Order: sequence, then structure tokens, then C-alpha cells
Amino acid sequence: MKIEALRTSQGAGPDLATGSTLEVRGCSIRYGDKPAVNDVTLAFALHRVTALIGPSGCGKSTLLRALNRMNDHIQSCRLEGQVLYHGQDIYDPAIDAAEVRKRMGMVFQKPNPFPKSIFDNVAFGPRLNGTFRGQARQALADHVEKCLRAAGLWEEVKDRLRDSALSLSGGQQQRLCIARAIANDPEVLLMDEPCSALDPISTARIEELILDMRENYTIVIVTHNMEQAARVSDNTGFLLSGDLVEFNNTADLFSRPRSKKTEDYITGRFG
Amino acid sequence: MSRPIDLTPSPALVVRRRRDRLFHAFAFAGALLCLVVLALLLFDIVSTGAARLSWEFINSFPSRFADRAGVRAALWGSAWLMIVTMAIAGPIGVAAAIYLEEFTRRGRLAAILEINISNLAGVPSIIYGILGLAFFVRWLALGRSILAGALTMALLVLPVVIIATREALRAVPGSLRAASFALGASPLQTVLRVVLPSAMPGIVTGLILALSRAIGETAPLIMIGALTYVAFVPQGPMDSFTALPIQIFDWASRPQAAFQQNAAAGILVLLALLLVMNSIGILIRQRASRKLQP
Repeated sequence: MKIEALRTSQGAGPDLATGSTLEVRGCSIRYGDKPAVNDVTLAFALHRVTALIGPSGCGKSTLLRALNRMNDHIQSCRLEGQVLYHGQDIYDPAIDAAEVRKRMGMVFQKPNPFPKSIFDNVAFGPRLNGTFRGQARQALADHVEKCLRAAGLWEEVKDRLRDSALSLSGGQQQRLCIARAIANDPEVLLMDEPCSALDPISTARIEELILDMRENYTIVIVTHNMEQAARVSDNTGFLLSGDLVEFNNTADLFSRPRSKKTEDYITGRFG
Repeated sequence: MSRPIDLTPSPALVVRRRRDRLFHAFAFAGALLCLVVLALLLFDIVSTGAARLSWEFINSFPSRFADRAGVRAALWGSAWLMIVTMAIAGPIGVAAAIYLEEFTRRGRLAAILEINISNLAGVPSIIYGILGLAFFVRWLALGRSILAGALTMALLVLPVVIIATREALRAVPGSLRAASFALGASPLQTVLRVVLPSAMPGIVTGLILALSRAIGETAPLIMIGALTYVAFVPQGPMDSFTALPIQIFDWASRPQAAFQQNAAAGILVLLALLLVMNSIGILIRQRASRKLQP
């Protein structure tokens, strides 16, 4: 496959030592007549952070949303090619999008907690899927605590779990959204510019969190912040007008970009 | 030294300021006019009817003697009518709005439905009365019952409910739906657990508006033959009935001054009922929106 070819011809290549359960093959996405992603093939390494970078409108968010079929809700959106999760094409008609999404948590650009209590936000997924049905209430409460701890929010909210999630600061809200996303015990975590609406301190906390969570999840993060990609990711894909220009381990991509376009972008010559 | 600057208004600014004040006065006059008209109407009604208002008036059946007549039957009839109307129009209207807003893809069918609903909102109420008479009273043989009246009223207020509910649903941010879907929720789960709770204050407001319109409607009820002389409290939805506006209309059309007083007092009862209903609605709305607030 293309990825193999890249690896052998160009030095180290992307770090796929841990294997991969999620990959995209020959994936093209368009909105009506407007192409957004062109024939992209790449694999997301297990328990690694993969960053997708590129200028606005390059298709990185579209590609991310294709991974858990969130583009289904956009009427004009069409996808060709395959998105393979554990070897199954998630766009196969036999597969239900909700089953896919349960296994892939998603964090959005702007924090979007539900106008419910902090507890109810985290408990939303498990309740939806009946994870703790028939068990003691405490089981759900323990799970909520576990998720809030994993998202580094527990100490700040443990005394006010019944308060509205909207009473939290922006950074706290985003960590709550992360807690909510991991409450379904997903394997994959998709993050769509999770820090773009946050201040630098909140951003730093989320980045720490990403590094902490790396050992438990396969993380895909879309970011327009190249420093962020360099700080948190193991592999980086650079997209430009829908094409995957370069996909490599992050260190090499930033220090020895193979493509002139990548070099121009990371050195700030455009974008 | 900086050059001294002149901060007194330039001639052009003076003109602009004057226009400002003129518009301010105009807008204020408009608001005042509404209030004055309302106050005059209220004053007229209160001065005519307040003397007639008593527990006895509220608790007596109609009579051909003005001083013994009361609104008991009409009040109960209106209450029955409102409850049954809401029980019919509420669920159907909200369901229709959810379908149009959350489940249809934008297309020709949705557009046709939308235009029709907007048009229905503008149809004169007497037309609904004729439809009610032909369809509910005669064809479905419901007779001149509360159910027939409520079905007619439900048709009448359905567009209001649908339009208000759609506005409320549209005001729910798409990011919340996205969050719900991303957690594996089905469209139905998303509507029930995320969209409806957030839209509830707006939906309740729509229902209050619809109910306020229904409670004052007279024409369709006259059309379907709600009786004007009813000497009993309705016991079920199949009983015949009268309603406050009809009772008022009946009294107001009589020549005797005493009945005019009864009409005014009836209007006061209707206004009070409206006020109570709206207050309950506002209370529910505030409850619902407080839950959403931080």
C-alpha cells in the first residue's frame, strides 16, 4: 500500500510500530460538486497521536468528520473510498453510524456541553447506550468520577456535579467535553481543533491531557496550530487543498519535510 | 502645544441630534397610544361590569333574569375546551414541528408543507368553523360537543403551535445536536434528550400564545353551534357546552342594560382566566429555562 511505499522509500516514515485499527483508503469527499478531500490514504497508529495540519479549507476537518460519519448529516456530502475500522468499512450499508460513533469519541472546536448538570453531561453517553442499566446508581457515579479524573477536571468540580455545565469556564467546558467523549469508553478520540477557542493556559492543560491519554486511546487531532501539532503528536499529516501532501512522523515532518509545499507551510511562508 | 479643538456640536450634528429626539418622541407616542387605548377599554369594562362581579355571578347558570344570570356553564365550558384543545393541538403541533425541523431533508415536500402551514395561520377563523361543522359535527357525528369544538379549535391553533415550536427548535444550537450524535445517539434520542429540553421554554411560549388565541375565539364556536343557554356543567368531552366568548356575545347583543353589565363582567372573568393561564405558562417557562441557565 501507499503507506508502506512511503516508509521504505523515505527514511523512518510515520510511526506505525503499534499497529493501526483505523485507516483511510483512497478516500475522496466532496460537497456537491466541490471536492474537499482527494484520494487520501493514511493509517492512524494505535495509542499514538496523529495530527492533521493544513491551512483553512484544506479538508482536514472534513477528513476527521469522515472517520465517525459525522458528515452523514450534511446533505450534499459524498464520500468515495474506504474508512476501515478494525478491517471493516464503516460506510458499508450494514453498519450503523451510531455504533461507529460510540467507539470514537469526538471533541469539537467550540466547547459544546449540554445545558445540563456537569454529572448529566458525562453520564449522557452511558445512559444513552444503557451501559449501566440494571446496576446500582453508584456504578454510574463511579464511572463519571473516573472520566472526570481522566479529563483532569475532577478536583475542580467534585463539589458541584449538580451545577450547570454552562457555569464552567471555557477551558473547563472543553475538558468536560473530553470527559463526556471518553465516558463511552471509546478506542479512538477525534479532536477537531479542540483548543482554538481557548486561552493559552487552558490550551496547555488540554495538551497535557492529550499526552496523558495517548496510552489509552488512538487520538486524531486536527489543528491549525503547528506548534501544537509538534508538541502533542507522534505522526503528522499535512493537507493542502484536499490532498495529503505529506504524512510522516512528526519529528521528521517538521525538521526534514520532504515536500517543498510542506516546508513552505511550516516555515510560515503561506497559510 | 496641541492645537485647541472645538468640541461643541457642529451644525450637522445639531440637526442629527434633533432628529434623534423627534424619533424618540414619535416612538414614545406610539407606545403610549397602545397603553392609553388599553387603559380606556379596561376602564370602560371595569366601570360597567365590576359591580356585577361576585362569587354568585361566577357560580350561577345563565338566566333570563339578568341579575340571576352567571357564567358558571361558560367558564367550565371554556376550561374544558382549552384543556381538550391543548391535549390535541399540543402533541400534534410539536410532533409536526419536530418532523419538519429535525427529520425532513430540505426539499420540495418540506417547502410545500411550510407554505401551507403559514397560509393556514392566516385563514379566517370562521372558515375553520365551517370545516368543523361539516367534518366534525356532521360527518364524524360528534354533534355539538366539546370534542367537536376542541377539534375545530385545535385546527385553528395548530399553525401557531407549529410555527412557534419550529422557531424554538431552530434556536437550539447545531453544536448540541452534533455532540449528541457524536456520542452515538439516534435522531430520536437526540430530539428527546437534547433538543426538546433546550427548546422547551420557546415551545411553552408558543402554546400559551395558541391558547390565548383559542380562548377568545367566538366565530368558529358559533358556527359549530355551541349553545348559548346551557344550564349544566359539562361532565365529559361529548357533552354540549357554551364558552365565555359566546356567553358574552349573547349578553352583549341584548338590549337591556343589565345584560350589558353581565357582558362586561363576563369579559372581566375571561380576562382573569387569560391572565391566570399566561401566568402559569410563564411560570413553566421560567422553570424550564432556569434549568438551562448556569
